Amino acid sequence: MRNSALRQLFAFVQKEFYHVFRDRKTLLMLFGVPIAQILLFGFLLTNEIKNAKIVVCDYAKDYGSQEIIRKIEASKYFNVKKASLSHDEIEAAFKSGEIKMAIVFPAGFYNDLSHLNKAQIQVIADGSDPNTATTLTSYLSSILRDYQSQEMAQNNMPYTIVPEVKMLYNPELLGAPNFVPGVMALVLMLVCAMMTSISIVKEKELGTMEILLVSPLKPFLVIISKTIPYLLISLMNLVVILSLSVFLLHLEIKGSVLLLFAESTLFIISSLALGLLISVNAESQMSAMMTSQLSLMMPTMILTGFMFPIENMPWVLRMISNIVPSKYYYTIVKAVMLKGLGFSAIWQETLILGFITFVLVMLNLRNFKTRLA
Amino acid sequence: MDNIAIKAEKLTKRFDDFVAVDAITFDVKQGEIFGFVGANGAGKTTAMRILCGLSKPTSGTAMVAGYDVYKDPEKIKKVIGYMSQKFSLYDDLTVMENITFYAGIYGLSDKDIKKRGQALLDQLGIGHEAKTFVSSLPLGWKQKLAFSVAIIHEPKIVFLDEPTGGVDPVTRRQFWDLIYAAADRGITVFVTTHYMDEAEYCNRVSIMVDGRIDAFDTPSNLKKRFSVNSMNEVFYQLARGAKRKAD
Amino acid sequence: MRPLRFLLQKEFRQILRSKSLIFTIIFGPIIQLIILPLAANYTVKNINLAVVDHDHSTYSKKLVEKIYSSGYFLRAGYGDSYNAAADLIAHDKADIILEIPQNFEDNLVRENKQQVYLAVNAINGTKAGVGSGYLGAIIADFNNDVRLQWITPQRFTQAPTIDIVNANWYNPYLSYFMFMVPGLMVSLLTGIGAFSASLNIVREKEIGTIEQINVTPIKKWQFIVGKLIPYWFMGMIVFTVGLAVSRFMYGIIPVGNVGLLYGFLSVYLLTLLGVGLLISTFAETQQQAVSVAFFFVIIFNFISGVFTPIDSMPGWGQALAYISPMSHFASVMRMVVLKGSTFHDIQSHFIAIIILGVIFNTWAVINYRKTT
Repeated sequence: MRNSALRQLFAFVQKEFYHVFRDRKTLLMLFGVPIAQILLFGFLLTNEIKNAKIVVCDYAKDYGSQEIIRKIEASKYFNVKKASLSHDEIEAAFKSGEIKMAIVFPAGFYNDLSHLNKAQIQVIADGSDPNTATTLTSYLSSILRDYQSQEMAQNNMPYTIVPEVKMLYNPELLGAPNFVPGVMALVLMLVCAMMTSISIVKEKELGTMEILLVSPLKPFLVIISKTIPYLLISLMNLVVILSLSVFLLHLEIKGSVLLLFAESTLFIISSLALGLLISVNAESQMSAMMTSQLSLMMPTMILTGFMFPIENMPWVLRMISNIVPSKYYYTIVKAVMLKGLGFSAIWQETLILGFITFVLVMLNLRNFKTRLA
Repeated sequence: MDNIAIKAEKLTKRFDDFVAVDAITFDVKQGEIFGFVGANGAGKTTAMRILCGLSKPTSGTAMVAGYDVYKDPEKIKKVIGYMSQKFSLYDDLTVMENITFYAGIYGLSDKDIKKRGQALLDQLGIGHEAKTFVSSLPLGWKQKLAFSVAIIHEPKIVFLDEPTGGVDPVTRRQFWDLIYAAADRGITVFVTTHYMDEAEYCNRVSIMVDGRIDAFDTPSNLKKRFSVNSMNEVFYQLARGAKRKAD
Repeated sequence: MRPLRFLLQKEFRQILRSKSLIFTIIFGPIIQLIILPLAANYTVKNINLAVVDHDHSTYSKKLVEKIYSSGYFLRAGYGDSYNAAADLIAHDKADIILEIPQNFEDNLVRENKQQVYLAVNAINGTKAGVGSGYLGAIIADFNNDVRLQWITPQRFTQAPTIDIVNANWYNPYLSYFMFMVPGLMVSLLTGIGAFSASLNIVREKEIGTIEQINVTPIKKWQFIVGKLIPYWFMGMIVFTVGLAVSRFMYGIIPVGNVGLLYGFLSVYLLTLLGVGLLISTFAETQQQAVSVAFFFVIIFNFISGVFTPIDSMPGWGQALAYISPMSHFASVMRMVVLKGSTFHDIQSHFIAIIILGVIFNTWAVINYRKTT
């Protein structure tokens, strides 16, 4: 009896595998999305501001201004163009997006500095992008600080405190260590929740769901069998993402790979449960897709913490972020993969993630009973 | 030529190394009900799709309503109607909205749309259902409605691809009444089916086996030739030799 | 033209009838536009700082107080064990450790030079760089205080100083909303545009109604235009509502010409819908269409400059951004809304978007077949 139920389940899972693995185009995309994302984040995207186009208007043309400009040019952050622009011309350059900042050295700059001990530089930033504006300004002030201490070095300033900085886990301040765990959360969520909900709603739309439900297999197992291929694809995706990170981005997996996979499986189950919940309420594939995008993709992208810092958000969003599974998964992946910590360091997150998963699965079970009635 | 609606000569369609339609030759007279019979996978639908301009033949010639399927598929589309085995009405539109839509894209005037739409509903006896969503109609009604919509622009030829799949015998009988009514108005009916009782209703029948036309005549002549009593037995004798598996 | 009228009538009926679709297409973006900008704030603040003080001197305490009073740092722990503090970092309870060595005060006074140690959790590179930068500046400031105390004021003022006279144009308070809201509007529109039309056509393929359409005398372009126009209108409506939300929620009033924005938008939507059409010609099922559209929408979004600066990308990345329609609209949107750029300023983007639009739409029309 038990044996035959198992064989039936196997037959269903096999059918689902045919569906999923024969659809080459979808499959290609399921693996293409994570690969493209890893490549994008690994090689293209950075929050760092560099090569920012700026214009320097040097009306001083003396030793001081030229020394500072040389330092600015030497830094990787700026892409300097020298020109003597009027106020209007600077405005025009901002409006056409040619430059992000203008620095003006007034005439007699070094003279003022050496005789009056005080000189001014005018800095005009394109504030429409606040991040770029503040970052560029702070880069510039550190270049100036550098110049000043170089000038002062001749005076040999006493009582100097030297901060020695050590960057942990990511000494080169690369973007990848921050993004890779985020991409993992995003991709697993996408594959599991969105694809599962669409594939189930499709059977509803085409009317094949009823046929499946009258089969001798328990209805609950019918649903389970639909999720298994996606579980497997997700785990394969995980292998792809991790291999790319290790071999292409040279990111080391410091902790236990086994633990990483176990935690990922837990997260995958929670995503599958979310996908099932969506499929119950959606009447068409289009609306399943839209709902997944609105209620899953967006919160995952925003409230996980890998794109925007959660601690800066208003309290409502911080509260909401506490029920987003990917937030815990992201913390877990960072701890295991990048910091090399063991289970003892992440048991709390695991417990919460487990609890959320449990609640989602229970909701599905309840829904399922009403679906049949 | 004048009274020939469809003429096909050595019409062939290959998909890679699979010959779906193998050099078939036949003609359909104007106003006749022509049955295109065969097992599933015999190549009926493919042949019909070529004649409708949905698919390009690999070789051979075919003229539909005087137009060449290679050169003028768009002209053919103006003078034919088509009803596929897949369901072709929009579930999320009402009965009348579906009628308006299809009549409209065939270029009927607003006045004609209204007039013919009403006539159609009356003929089907569902005048009170004009504002019902198609999704809530029973399958048999949907099928009859789809046929009536396919000929709303009074085409010269209507192609029906297994139109009665899944409906009960009574509805099938009613459906054939609609087909006869259309033929009486001079519309040539080209219908594929694998129900042999339906083959009996046709003026002439061609039986396809493995992409070829193995027999082509009136039902009574065919029965005589194979000296059997029903089309069913004619078909059984021919199909026994089939090599191709049904899909 | 007559068939087109009926196509449009049918499309609008179907769209307007699908309440949940209308709701998600129109209200979804609005809700996102209200929530997202609150979250999309890169400003680095609230850095958790753990202090390991081996000195316990007046100076060390003063330094620590000065750091916390700056407002950027939160107290994450104070003690004299480095290992305890390192544990805080491991559990994400602290972002930076400041370690003050024994005899900090004595050494500073006696030897004129003393080190302090910073250990930074650098997984988030930006936060690490900016946070340690703040800390460095505060320490330098503290350093000045110390000097002032030990050196006669007269001698100290001899150190030359350069003042930065700083002006931030267009957004003087450096508000993130000003920057993110226009960018997010572009992002939301792109999502809707790329998905809706492609899913719609593929749905007809899946149900089988497209077969019926294909045997009618409808021309290819009529069919495609009939599918484009409803979603083009939808995009226009969503954009208008978006402008209203940014006006009343965030007080953002476009500095430039709104007509110019609509002009660009109308071309952008056509380009984007062209991408959707192209996807629909390749996809057989809605699931395929969704995954292909998703693939492109994600790439469009991340290389658009909405979230990360395009200038910081390597050359090939910038080239990629150039052939992605979204980056052009994102630039134009921010330029016109925030800086009041004129047609002259954005004409290169205009030309680019028109070229891209022609390419995608032509490709889609060629690829859409009524016959096989």
